[in-house]
Amino acid sequence: MASGKEIRTQIGSIKNTQKITRAMEMVAASKMRKAQERMAATRPYSDKIHNVIQHLAYAHPEYKHTYLQDREEKTRVGYIVVSSDRGLCGGLNNNLFRTLLKDIQSKADKGIEVDVCAIGKKASSFFSRLPVTLAAQVTQLGETPSADELIGSVKVMLNAYESGHIDSLYLVFNEFVNTMTQENKIMQLLPNKPEAPDEELKHHWDYIYEPDAKEVLDTLLVRYIESLVYQGVVENAACEQASRMVAMKSASDNAGDLIDDLQLVYNKARQAAITQEISEIVAGAAAV
Amino acid sequence: MAMTIHVDIVSAEKAIFSGLVEAVFATATMGEIGIYPRHTPLLTSLKPGEVRVKLANGTEEQFYVSGGMLEVQPHVVTILADSAMRADDVDEAAAMAAQAAAEKSLAESGEKLDYAEVQAQLAEAAAQLRVVQRARQAAGR
Repeated sequence: MASGKEIRTQIGSIKNTQKITRAMEMVAASKMRKAQERMAATRPYSDKIHNVIQHLAYAHPEYKHTYLQDREEKTRVGYIVVSSDRGLCGGLNNNLFRTLLKDIQSKADKGIEVDVCAIGKKASSFFSRLPVTLAAQVTQLGETPSADELIGSVKVMLNAYESGHIDSLYLVFNEFVNTMTQENKIMQLLPNKPEAPDEELKHHWDYIYEPDAKEVLDTLLVRYIESLVYQGVVENAACEQASRMVAMKSASDNAGDLIDDLQLVYNKARQAAITQEISEIVAGAAAV
Repeated sequence: MAMTIHVDIVSAEKAIFSGLVEAVFATATMGEIGIYPRHTPLLTSLKPGEVRVKLANGTEEQFYVSGGMLEVQPHVVTILADSAMRADDVDEAAAMAAQAAAEKSLAESGEKLDYAEVQAQLAEAAAQLRVVQRARQAAGR
């Protein structure tokens, strides 16, 4: 049995760890609230642009954009993978990667290769070790990701799609359901299939395009894809904080349990030492 | 009462304005445009510049947008403002940077992989050494 002093130092070090995990839990909780607010703030834009894109599906421009046309997956697909920059957030990133790997495997079985655009440090370090092409990456987005930091990496994938290098593009991220639940999501970005037309808007009409349909649609669709990716990044950031909060909470609880157990062992050891001392004294007195 | 139209001005990061107005003025790529209620459906890109809305009570509000899109539907005008200055060459530069970052991390991870391999070899060698030592001890006894 370990001596009393050893157990005391062990309890002390666990207490220190607990202090750290508890602090991290509280920091994550406050950051999560902010991240959720940011998530809500980005919603109007993505809703609005989604509406415009839907309207476009009912309009009848002579110009058909490549993003809206069906394309078969033949040789290569692209994934934009959103992850966190930092660890210590439970299984958030690993679960996402596992889901994605399954998807990649099923593509590989059909002989389709994969291009990855990594957002966040965890994704870039994970995919640089795999036999996939890492086409682009952005890291260090911090807690307040801004939309313009993503432009470059999204453009790399869009260029690849336009040139026919990849046949489809997916966005992989964690969807924020609530604090306890985050869902791995693989969303198809390109080609973008418009939903079934609304009855109200079905009659034949078209926009006036200025300067012309091609230019306007090009810009609009790029913005649309960017907004979807940005939404994914913001949502993933909220998930990261929520997941960290939960992970740190369970770490603090575990530390508490460990301390309780060790305290019990310590008390027993102390009691045993006292008992032994008494019996020694008594034996000594009897001998005299 | 004058006719009004609903206007939403949003940027990727937040909602800027939403409400009923009498008219909207914006700098489109083809020139300044003014939109009153019952305008025909229109889709245009915007140049960096100001967007003015004339509220129902006659006052005007101004916003600055660094480009974006403007959509007119029968009952609603939507302005999707860009969050940053956009130009093709700037976008291209950003794309190059993202690609370069990926290549760099691949190059670095190459070194890291070697490091892991070396570590594995080291562990193997150490294990072999232990076996030899144990055998020697057994023989010496």
